[in-house]
Amino acid sequence: MDRFVFLTVDGLSRGAVYAAFALALVLIWRAARVVNFAQGAMAVAAAYVAYSVSAATGSYWLGFLVAIVAGLLLGALVDRVVMRHVDHASPLNPVIVALGLVLVLQAVLGMVYGNEFRPADVPFSRSALTVGGVAVLSPYDLFVFATIGVVVCALAWMFARTAVGLRMRAAAFAPEVSRLLGVNVGGMLTLGWALASGVGALAAMLVIPTELGLHPHAMDLVFVSAFTAAVVGGLDSPLGAVVGGLVVGLLLSYVSGYAGSDLTPLAVLVLLLAVLLVRPGGLFAPVAARRV
Amino acid sequence: MSATRAALPPRQRAAETGDRPLDRGRRGSTLLRHLAVLLVVGLVLVAVSYAVEPFRNFQLATVAAYLCATAGLTVLTGLNGQLSLGHGALMATGAYTVALCQNAFADRGLTGGWLLALSLLAAVLGTVAVGAVVGVAAARLRGPYLAGVTLAVAVVVPALAVTFDGVFNGEQGLSVPVEPPPLALGAYFPYERWQLWLSGAATLLALLLVANLVRSRYGRTFRAVRDDEVAARLAGIHVARTQVLAFVVSAATAGLGGGLLAMLAQSVSPGAFSLTLSLFLLMAVVIGGLGRLAGALWGAVLLVALPDLTHSVTELLTLSPAVAQRLEGNLPLAIFGVTLIVVMIAAPGGVQGLLSRLGRGLLARWPARRS
Repeated sequence: MDRFVFLTVDGLSRGAVYAAFALALVLIWRAARVVNFAQGAMAVAAAYVAYSVSAATGSYWLGFLVAIVAGLLLGALVDRVVMRHVDHASPLNPVIVALGLVLVLQAVLGMVYGNEFRPADVPFSRSALTVGGVAVLSPYDLFVFATIGVVVCALAWMFARTAVGLRMRAAAFAPEVSRLLGVNVGGMLTLGWALASGVGALAAMLVIPTELGLHPHAMDLVFVSAFTAAVVGGLDSPLGAVVGGLVVGLLLSYVSGYAGSDLTPLAVLVLLLAVLLVRPGGLFAPVAARRV
Repeated sequence: MSATRAALPPRQRAAETGDRPLDRGRRGSTLLRHLAVLLVVGLVLVAVSYAVEPFRNFQLATVAAYLCATAGLTVLTGLNGQLSLGHGALMATGAYTVALCQNAFADRGLTGGWLLALSLLAAVLGTVAVGAVVGVAAARLRGPYLAGVTLAVAVVVPALAVTFDGVFNGEQGLSVPVEPPPLALGAYFPYERWQLWLSGAATLLALLLVANLVRSRYGRTFRAVRDDEVAARLAGIHVARTQVLAFVVSAATAGLGGGLLAMLAQSVSPGAFSLTLSLFLLMAVVIGGLGRLAGALWGAVLLVALPDLTHSVTELLTLSPAVAQRLEGNLPLAIFGVTLIVVMIAAPGGVQGLLSRLGRGLLARWPARRS
């Protein structure tokens, strides 16, 4: 039972990060109809910037802030310099270009920092507090929950209650009409990319210390898990992304706790295939039909 | 398809749309034409294998192995419109099958040149089985979903080698015992030349089959499904079956390519079949030119030539060993990535597209030569 509680809390903490990362994927998918396969590499790049800043100044929090700013800028840059010029006629094209970005980013990081694991700092202890003799959760887990809770609520508030959020939704939903009504559709798209990339960078900052450490490929498996989370929830649904993230986190935690951590990648693949074959639109998708 | 176009006589309609006329005579000669090309290329390859040094022979053999995989990926992505990021994993399947077979033969004390052929056949069959499973799932998926699943395959399959390290020996991988060249070729026959012969022969055979398939009824259904699924179904094509078939064909060639790589390197390890390999294959196909088998050749050449080229460049610069090592491992990746992005944005037809556009431009400039 102790083990079950521990694995559940650990899974929720991991799942919160997947949820944030999946949310970033959903943000771009809704704005641009592109699944950003470069999200993991972009987030790692931001985390490396934070690593450099933290190493130079000795302050974790400055690095944390810089990572988010770097993520925002990188997202805007990727949209303006690369993605905007891609022909979206075939859905393959943006995917291929994003994969090219993955190669470039990982290569540049490898050239600058080397392809070895670097230890990443944590601001709070990762040893679990005990409540009534049961190890429940660590201060770091609390920090993860709080940060991601704030981000998810802020995004929800922004899209539902602010003028900018309304414009972003309008630009994604009906670009032509929005343009006629004076919405800066291109600018909204760039803002969407920047926000998503910022959230991705935040997720990377939170997840990397809990795994092997900083490495150009550190987010590869996280990306696959987050993609699975987004698919579980349905690529169009932000709420689905959050729920999907928690589901995937719990599943991975139980699999690695009871069956061995080597099996987690396989579990992700099985879950992804199962969801896509049984309910391709995700658990939260409205009933929709694909042609043919 | 408008009524006026449909009413034209077939030959005139073909001339208008730019299709080749598909009467019996032309179609019947496709096999012979491909066989003739095969023979010429084979003879040239043998001549080249005597002319160049052993290391170049080995490189050419590697190009041949990659060509198997890129040709298969061209069929799948270029002709059938299905994106696969998992071909590195399929190559790993083929490579590990060859390794397990060769080790099993060696343990039982079996020797003989035909054993390698048997292992490669097993690699193709094993990969076909895996490809059929992935293909059945893939046929139900589109666009980014398909890319995500195949990406997961590419990340997960190499990890399996570590999970089941009793069979696959974890990160260390397996060694692949391969017979030396037959004595009939002489005592001092270079091993690399023998590798090129084996690898070249297997690849040419695979290419012949794929080229004929592409020109056949099946090739046309592949393209029809890629261009418009609804129209294809209305024309009586079973869309899902066609997509699974394309995936299986593509998997078979990828498995053969992986098996050949295992034979060339005489070892297999999960590190050699990482996600990066899958991305490399896709990139090679895109840069070479999607939808053209000749593009697969450019891609395969690039995969071998670019790392070699960056190696010579970094050797020219005077760098500290640590920096040189970092550059050498990552510079090809960066160049590949930048090229991929630039090609996708500026020249979606790839190298082969540029070449054929160039060729058409030259022909148009001298109309007298056309007749």
